[in-house]
Amino acid sequence: MPRFLIALLLAWSCLAQGAEVSESSLDARVSHITEQLRCLVCQNESIAESQADLAKDLRRQVREMLTAGKSEKEVRDYMVERYGDFVLYDPPLQTSTLLLWLSPAVLAILALGVFARTLVRRRKAPAATPDAAALAKARALLADPKDEK
Amino acid sequence: MKLKALIPLIVFVALAILLGWSLRHDPRLIPSPLINKPAPEFALPVLHQPDTQMTLADMRGKVWLLNVWASWCVSCRDEHPVLLEFSKRQLIPIIGLDYKDKRDDALAWLNQFGDPYTNSIMDTAGRVGIDFGVYGVPETFLIDKQGRIRYKFTGPLNADSLEHVLLPHIKELQGA
Repeated sequence: MPRFLIALLLAWSCLAQGAEVSESSLDARVSHITEQLRCLVCQNESIAESQADLAKDLRRQVREMLTAGKSEKEVRDYMVERYGDFVLYDPPLQTSTLLLWLSPAVLAILALGVFARTLVRRRKAPAATPDAAALAKARALLADPKDEK
Repeated sequence: MKLKALIPLIVFVALAILLGWSLRHDPRLIPSPLINKPAPEFALPVLHQPDTQMTLADMRGKVWLLNVWASWCVSCRDEHPVLLEFSKRQLIPIIGLDYKDKRDDALAWLNQFGDPYTNSIMDTAGRVGIDFGVYGVPETFLIDKQGRIRYKFTGPLNADSLEHVLLPHIKELQGA
């Protein structure tokens, strides 16, 4: 009988722990998604961070959708359907975002081009050779006064 | 060589145009992806008779406005007299969506400031608000006879924007 009780207790504790794990993994999935969604009220915060009422409602919405078995993509699509690409911190590549996506590469290429041109110019430029008068003047200045005496 | 001297000027002009455009562009205005799409279905209790429900289908065949407001919303107070005045002209039915509000507060608010709405519905949990992509109350949606959202105005309407921005859209739909 005591053995049976212990087994029962063990089984129960395992079950309890299992429930806790799935709860915390749901938390993790909710924050994983909401961290990538931009809050529409305070635009520089994610929905995960924001304390705005709307952000709280949207966190609740994400949690409910995940509990109902929806995938992360479905949740993201749901948000985009209502609020547009604006909610995504990682906007998709399309005509309206072409400039956004390409400008870093374009700027990097431009900078590299300027850098390369500067290097080539420097190499081509003749090494500076001072004229005889300047050389003599410099020698006179550098010469040890003791030697002259 | 001459062209090179112009580079700083070109860069300056480009920057000035970009910054000038950004000054005029309000980053809080987010274009709604719902424009020209069917309005989300809803079934919500009527504010004055909470036992009865109103649905999207009830408005089919009419061009109408959905005005999202709340008694806790400060800029709704600015918009309210404008809507009240507009409702007297009886150009279009205005349905008030009382967003995330308490019924008593909403009723008291309408009693105090006047009721411009043909009918008012309650979205206490804010779920229909999410479906409509509401992010800043007040918001006004213009919905056509087929139940599609045709225009959205975010923020409080004033006499000028009502007359010159919203009304032309209404007239266009009613003529069609």
